[in-house]
Amino acid sequence: MSAVIENHHEDHDHGPAKGITRWLYTTNHKDIGTLYLWFSFAMFLIGGAMAMIIRAELFQPGMQIVEPEFYNQMITLHGLIMIFGGVMPAFVGLANWLVPMMIGAPDMALPRMNNLSFWILPFAFLILLSSLFMEGGAPNFGWTFYAPLSTTYAPPSVTFFIFSVHIMGASSIMGAINVVVTIMNMRAPGVGLMKMPLFVWSWLITAYLLIAVMPVLAGAVTMMLMDIHFGTSFFNAAGGGDPVLFQHIFWFFGHPEVYIMILPAFGIVSHIIETFSRKQLFGYSSMVWAMLSIAILSFVVWAHHMFTVGLPLAAEIFFMWATMLIAVPTGVKVFNWVATMFRGSLTFETPMLFAIAFVVLFTIGGLSGLMLAIVPADFQYHDTYFVVAHFHYVLVPGAIFSIMAAVYYWIPKWSGNMYDERLGKLHFWLSFVGVNVTFFPQHFIGLAGMPRRYPDYSLQFADWNMVSSVGAFLFGFSQLLFLFIVLKTVMGGKKATSQVWDGARGLEWTVASPAPYHTFSTPPKVD
Amino acid sequence: MNKGAKKTLIKLVVAVPLMFAFGFALVPLYDVFCEVTGLNGKVFQSEHSDDLIAEQGRPLSLQFISTNNENMPWKFEPSVKVLKIETGKYYTATFSVKNTTNKKMTAQAVPSVAPSNAAAHLKKLECFCFEKQELMPGEEALLPVKLLVSNELPSNIKNVILSYTIFDITDYNDIELASNQIVME
Amino acid sequence: MLTFVAPMAKADWFALNMTRGITDISNEVFELHMLIFWICVAIGVAVFSVMFYSIYAHTKKKNPVPAKFHENHKLEIAWTIIPFLILIAMAVPASKTLVKIYDDTAGDINIQVTGYQWKWQYQYLEDDISFFANLSTDLDEIYNLVPKGENYLQEVDEMVVIPAGKKIRFLITANDVIHSWWLPAFAIKQDAIPGFVNTAWTIVEEPGIYRGRCTELCGKNHGFMPIVVKVVEQDEYDEWVLNKRNEAIKLAELTTKDWTAQELVSRGQEIYDVNCVACHQVSGQGITGIFPALAGSDIVMNDKERNIEILMEGVQGAAMNSFSYLSEVELASVITYTRQSWGNAEKGDGEIVIPKDIVDYKEPKI
Repeated sequence: MSAVIENHHEDHDHGPAKGITRWLYTTNHKDIGTLYLWFSFAMFLIGGAMAMIIRAELFQPGMQIVEPEFYNQMITLHGLIMIFGGVMPAFVGLANWLVPMMIGAPDMALPRMNNLSFWILPFAFLILLSSLFMEGGAPNFGWTFYAPLSTTYAPPSVTFFIFSVHIMGASSIMGAINVVVTIMNMRAPGVGLMKMPLFVWSWLITAYLLIAVMPVLAGAVTMMLMDIHFGTSFFNAAGGGDPVLFQHIFWFFGHPEVYIMILPAFGIVSHIIETFSRKQLFGYSSMVWAMLSIAILSFVVWAHHMFTVGLPLAAEIFFMWATMLIAVPTGVKVFNWVATMFRGSLTFETPMLFAIAFVVLFTIGGLSGLMLAIVPADFQYHDTYFVVAHFHYVLVPGAIFSIMAAVYYWIPKWSGNMYDERLGKLHFWLSFVGVNVTFFPQHFIGLAGMPRRYPDYSLQFADWNMVSSVGAFLFGFSQLLFLFIVLKTVMGGKKATSQVWDGARGLEWTVASPAPYHTFSTPPKVD
Repeated sequence: MNKGAKKTLIKLVVAVPLMFAFGFALVPLYDVFCEVTGLNGKVFQSEHSDDLIAEQGRPLSLQFISTNNENMPWKFEPSVKVLKIETGKYYTATFSVKNTTNKKMTAQAVPSVAPSNAAAHLKKLECFCFEKQELMPGEEALLPVKLLVSNELPSNIKNVILSYTIFDITDYNDIELASNQIVME
Repeated sequence: MLTFVAPMAKADWFALNMTRGITDISNEVFELHMLIFWICVAIGVAVFSVMFYSIYAHTKKKNPVPAKFHENHKLEIAWTIIPFLILIAMAVPASKTLVKIYDDTAGDINIQVTGYQWKWQYQYLEDDISFFANLSTDLDEIYNLVPKGENYLQEVDEMVVIPAGKKIRFLITANDVIHSWWLPAFAIKQDAIPGFVNTAWTIVEEPGIYRGRCTELCGKNHGFMPIVVKVVEQDEYDEWVLNKRNEAIKLAELTTKDWTAQELVSRGQEIYDVNCVACHQVSGQGITGIFPALAGSDIVMNDKERNIEILMEGVQGAAMNSFSYLSEVELASVITYTRQSWGNAEKGDGEIVIPKDIVDYKEPKI
């Protein structure tokens, strides 16, 4: 998108308030974006600490540092915190910072709701984490909380878990509504739908997905609540209910949720590859159509998570074919990125390194996903470490690498300072090696026959588990370096220009660095 | 906020409760889906229909199995384990049940058919599984199920299993909220 | 803390690929897996070699002026259609195999498999054989107090025995939460769902011992309920069936015998170690807040009636299941064991429970 900008200096405008009230009462999209990002970083570290406990226990066969009961609480909380506390708020934070700037809007459309949707989030996670100290312990039924393990057999803290999921859901729904209203109504003149930056497109689609499925999740946990406390039998076979129904409802939410966690990453990576290839993105419109078709297909593939529950043959075949179909638009995206790089003029700054790693490793995750779609083979893969490897490949070097790439790419714009390139590259290489050493051997462990959610395992799995744990420690501790780099950049460093990257396109690069507290109070002119 | 934004906002705010309701609507939808496809081996009560009765049936063995869900001390088993039947004819089978405790208890049996693609072809006219069973201490009963396997059963199926799991529901008597039933009636 | 670590010689660096298995179906699944794997590798190599070529050849240094193209309709159509065709090439054989797996005719032998927290029950429907398979790995091995055996966590106290060459049909269900019965060598994985029956079948030609695991999170000891199937020749199977029947008769005789406290306690300890120790612990102390202590419990010390009742019926809304599936002898011994251990006998009434008490309990008093 090309834009001609008059840079308005808005001296008359008030800056941020001082002290803690700035953050408590803020309605400024940049402040709220910052809050979301720091919150998700904190959650990433807490969820990561739990992953360290898990990998430490799995370092060797035998029970060493935790009991199976506590281990199950760790895997449950690790999943919930990383998904709902780490990845999703990070993307919402990026949307807050970037969407208004990218479309030339002064702020989000609903600033007060924006404040509310952030500030209920810490309470949701305080409640969830406090369940660790409750009688019977924290939720221990896995992040997928299948009934009846999560209803009739759950610890008392399940009620708090349900409450906390309700709050997270409310927060996500409000965030999504805000994004849609902003994008649909506040684009600067000249920013047509098919001229929007891809990150904006990816978030528009994500937001619609969120609005469609988060209420379904809310419904599912409400039914659980009613089963537990009000004697209904939605999921209890004794009263005419059906535990498998829970899985259908859960995955009706759960599969679109998977794409909620990857679509914004597609947007981010498209921008970064375009910038550092110094070449216009290949196939913009096919990128948009690919994302739309992935989003629509995500509603008709949920049962591929349930191939072993005893579905009829016809259903198995339908869901297998539908799932495989998703590989087509996903492939288109990968081909487009490669074509963008082809005959470009490439440089490899930290964001680009993360973006390239994203393309490679996400594709590996995508291909193992394709293997999982093959029902007869899935009978052997299902619920083993092969699945764990698969979804960590799409979520860690997928979603999380894209978030890190985004932070390196836009932090000069946010803070006005350049990050330390040497440290950034060090962080990248440590993370890259760490991720692969952690998750690649998990393919082997899974194929060899180790089921997921096992606190202990038989001896033939020992070698690769140890390797995986070593990789996990490397990856985990490298993230402290990331924290250091971010803090260092925020506190000082080489001043950034407003353009920052010579190949960057888009409205956000036309404002000063750091971006003024209020941008585009008057809409920019876009050709 | 401009007019367009308000309109978008209202649409989205309406969409949220609708999707929440849709989550609940999946419950009856799923039941309908199960009934049509036999998904999950669920069996529903059917009406008597002469269309199902066939002159020329094919032989089939019908196997009955019983499972006690946890904390269910009753004695519960099929009177006959395997019944040689023909498709397109009505049969009545029985299960014997005995309350072995010294308290009054209520039970509910939940049926399941395997293989699941046979479920849609198994028609039950009467079944104890549609009702709660209340037995006094030591009381015994013979519970009947009247059924027919339709002629349309896929021909590769030579053996159909009808399983009942019996649940103790003494403690949640009086609650008629069993969501599925409300909608089905 | 780590007195004994895993013997590394036993571990396997070469356990990299899927189990090929020993049935026709499992071989077919394996071939399918390899086919898709190599297709994925080929796609990966094709895509990444273009990409790495760009990374190598199209750097700013070597290619300072980037090309201008940003679309190519023919290319875009091609890379939409070709993957589509490849997918069909994968989906067709996969669907065919699936149809075979679902081909459900009668089995020669029908075995009902029921998942419990945390063990499997096997009922041979034609032969009236029924037993439980519990993990037989010693707790000391799990807690690293003694070296781990070869079949650490994949050994059970009683194997499922099936004859070679016969069609075996498993009817899989569960008693409490959802479990999943997985035997890689047969390529069978079916969820065990309370209230519902799923089926899976196999024909195994090769005698041998095959090991599998529970693959659906089912609570605390999900990782500790393995599956072991022993495939034997027909005559050996017939003999096994005969033995199992005789055992059942013997057990019935045992209920009528006179029992001493000592006999019951020593027998009870074995049963306790298999069935109770996971929750109530070796010390009888339970786990505060989750599993109540038996040591010093008023019921265990003084209330024989209620003690029997709890074991027979479980406790509603708690993790305590009914253990009424244990034999009268087993129930009486395990109750006696808890009533005699940890100082309970000294502090309480010290009464023992004999198999006859359990028989009486089962005869309802009106």
